[in-house]
Amino acid sequence: MEDFKLIDNYLMIRLPDEIDHHKSVNISAKADRYILSKKVGNVVFDFERTTFMDSSGIGIILGRYKKISCFGGKVYAINADNRIRRILLMSGLQNIVEIVNP
Amino acid sequence: MIEIIENKETGRVTNEMRIEFAAISDNESFARMAIAAFITPLNPTVEELSDVKTAVSEAVTNAVIHGYENKGSLEDKVRMNCRLFGDVLEVEITDQGVGISDIKQAMEPLYTSKPELERSGMGFAFMEAFMDNLEVQSEPDIGTSVKMYKKIGSSSWIDSEE
Repeated sequence: MEDFKLIDNYLMIRLPDEIDHHKSVNISAKADRYILSKKVGNVVFDFERTTFMDSSGIGIILGRYKKISCFGGKVYAINADNRIRRILLMSGLQNIVEIVNP
Repeated sequence: MIEIIENKETGRVTNEMRIEFAAISDNESFARMAIAAFITPLNPTVEELSDVKTAVSEAVTNAVIHGYENKGSLEDKVRMNCRLFGDVLEVEITDQGVGISDIKQAMEPLYTSKPELERSGMGFAFMEAFMDNLEVQSEPDIGTSVKMYKKIGSSSWIDSEE
């Protein structure tokens, strides 16, 4: 299971072991509830536990980016392994997401 | 890749598996586990295993949300047919859904017919990138078939070196 934590103006999302379309629907919906109700400025995706991600993960990140970027919010990806990093780069996400090196 | 399969010597089927499952999103992870188990005897690298799982995940997700329009009906079925030609994997994911009218457009990176579902439009691009070969056939109102090939066990060059 993914979990959510608010630290100041940052929504930290600890992503699950596997991110596919099935899981992504839930993660996006929960994240949006935080973004709307808690007035979150920035979102941090933590891939520490994640061993599998398909293009659905890209959808989650792009979707959240669209929701917060118009208010000047930023999106970060942390603890992404080489595999996840490759998928992020292949989709051109480095232009909108700050991929933080561990 | 195709040459290997069409060749009489190397194109011999060495293993085969067919499964059919309901077109519901829970089965995306099932399909990944099934393909991973099927190719395990070939000693795939972590990278290869991950590549195949990602490609299968994309194809099955497409069947569920585009082919069968995310209805989640147990009546709708996705088929996964796998064959091994030695160390070459052939995996075919078929649905009898709505089909694709413009395959070329559908395969363009970042194109999605369902932007409201937050699809990234990278599905076919990932299948292409992670597998050695990709063939897509589709007919509106009849369905879609995605056939992919990948050579497993790239470490075999060590043997041939000797």
